[in-house]
Amino acid sequence: MRNQQATQLLFELSRPGRRAVQLPPCDVPTRPIEEWIPAEALAASPPPLPELTEPDIVRHFVNLSTLNMSVDTHFYPLGSCTMKYNPKRNERLASQSGFADVHPYQPETTLQGLLAILHSVQEMLAEIAGLEAVSLQPAAGAQGEMTALLVAAAYFRDRGEHRRTVLIPDAAHGTNPASAAMAGWSTIQVRSTAQGLVDLEDLSRKLSSETAVFMMTNPNTLGLFDGQIAEIARRVHAYGGLVYLDGANMNAILGIARPGDFGADMMHFNPHKTFSGPHGGGGPGAGPIAVTAALAPYLPVPIVVRTDRGGYRLDYDRPKSIGRVRSFFGNTGVLVRTYCYLRTLGPDGARRVAENAVLNANYLLSRLKTFLDIPHGDRCMHEFVASASALKASQGITAMDIAKRLLDFGFHAPTVYFPLIVKEALMIEPTETESKATLDAMAEALERICREPADLLHQAPHSTAISRPDEVRAARTPILKFS
Amino acid sequence: MKPEDLLFTKTHEWVHLTTNPTGETIATVGISAFALEALTDLVFIELPPVGRRVEAGGAFGEIESVKAVSDLYSPVNGEVVEVNTAVADRLDRIAEDPYGANWLVKIKVAGDVDRSTLLSYDEYQKQCAEESH
Repeated sequence: MRNQQATQLLFELSRPGRRAVQLPPCDVPTRPIEEWIPAEALAASPPPLPELTEPDIVRHFVNLSTLNMSVDTHFYPLGSCTMKYNPKRNERLASQSGFADVHPYQPETTLQGLLAILHSVQEMLAEIAGLEAVSLQPAAGAQGEMTALLVAAAYFRDRGEHRRTVLIPDAAHGTNPASAAMAGWSTIQVRSTAQGLVDLEDLSRKLSSETAVFMMTNPNTLGLFDGQIAEIARRVHAYGGLVYLDGANMNAILGIARPGDFGADMMHFNPHKTFSGPHGGGGPGAGPIAVTAALAPYLPVPIVVRTDRGGYRLDYDRPKSIGRVRSFFGNTGVLVRTYCYLRTLGPDGARRVAENAVLNANYLLSRLKTFLDIPHGDRCMHEFVASASALKASQGITAMDIAKRLLDFGFHAPTVYFPLIVKEALMIEPTETESKATLDAMAEALERICREPADLLHQAPHSTAISRPDEVRAARTPILKFS
Repeated sequence: MKPEDLLFTKTHEWVHLTTNPTGETIATVGISAFALEALTDLVFIELPPVGRRVEAGGAFGEIESVKAVSDLYSPVNGEVVEVNTAVADRLDRIAEDPYGANWLVKIKVAGDVDRSTLLSYDEYQKQCAEESH
């Protein structure tokens, strides 16, 4: 039986007078708070903070943590998120004092170790991208997108070109149009073909001298590598536009294909996906970008450069730079993990990451296609998208029902209802770190679920602490504070 | 209104064109039953204020379901003259009467309506049939 009590809200567990800390008596003269803060700025009463003992608090959080599914507890085939296992070694190395306890205001001469690593990450990412220059500063993939689009804007402004639009395929992640809008562009959607690739005719119709950037994820969100990419880049470049590669799916082509070689002018990486950074909870993220030599002068400052004497320094003297997009030089913790990960694997190991990610996805696809529809072909890259449309039409069983039921079998759910161009989508990305036995177990669970009665599935999950929250009511009438 | 009498966009809005006493063309716009079915449970709708200028093919608002947020596209150029704000309070019941009480905006049409971008009911049904597999 679960300890439900300890997972109540801290406010519900609170009892007057309980405390976890004994503060020593105050040994300086005190003055009433009214003498420090104007009366109109003071609340009528102190905030009703919960009062708890240390065991209350520890049990609360430890019990909550056991309700969670994570990569460390379960297979987590959440499509588009690359939930690979993150080696603990990287955590241990990144938390060493020389990385974790340094301060950005320290003199550069005392930060040489960290700067050497950041410089090396810049060079490794440039090599993987097949592009000239890297900025490690953006704090997340989406900020990387926006930074690259601001770099593009500065580039066009410098050339005296007035361009307005960013073209984005309908299979794109939602961050692409959002980043474009944030950077001040208007967006135009490009259709996909029935095969799930960019519709070249639609692209050509929408390309013009106003086109600044074409943003593309390749492989795309259907897990398909768009082999038209060289032709796409040729057409975009013919109008003077730039090609942006959303690096969300780099796990599929790491060490095999370089975006710069297939026509990309700029891209971002998601270290939390491709390079084993923590997915939330492990500290702030990063979204480094790589660009061509033509765009390099506009990158944010600072960039880590070598000094004449073999050391490293932060270069702020970049007159065409768009400036800072983040304080100091970004979030270094996740970049140190990136360094550890890539140095552990080496070039050949990095390539094997992609090979095994693609192999695992294709193996799972080949098992699932015998009982679930895979609308976009029977080969994929690192992920694929199944559809529960047929089950919905025949029995009212939805992608959500299947996803929820998987929790009962001890598997985290795949991504559902994305990409939007597939009905009842189940987007599955096993990653390279799973064994054949795990993939077989997941396939067998899914096959069994697809034969289960609809009523059982509508109410799943049956074994979790909370069954199925009322998402509609939560969204329509959210309760945002405890009372 | 019967759906057979309406025109549709490829992006699943319906439009009903009428002429008011002063001779202006008024477009009443809503979303199709097919789109509501595909969106599933709606949780939020954002409609434009009266007076907002809209372009054919441009977004005039957005609608959010538990699955996704989708833009609402205007079928015509013009200016929003009336907004059915009551739908925001009955999102769970829009599908009961998508072509009547649950219209979304009325737009005073500027210039001519480009009918080549709009579909008849039969053409729209055909598009939906293609989309649903």
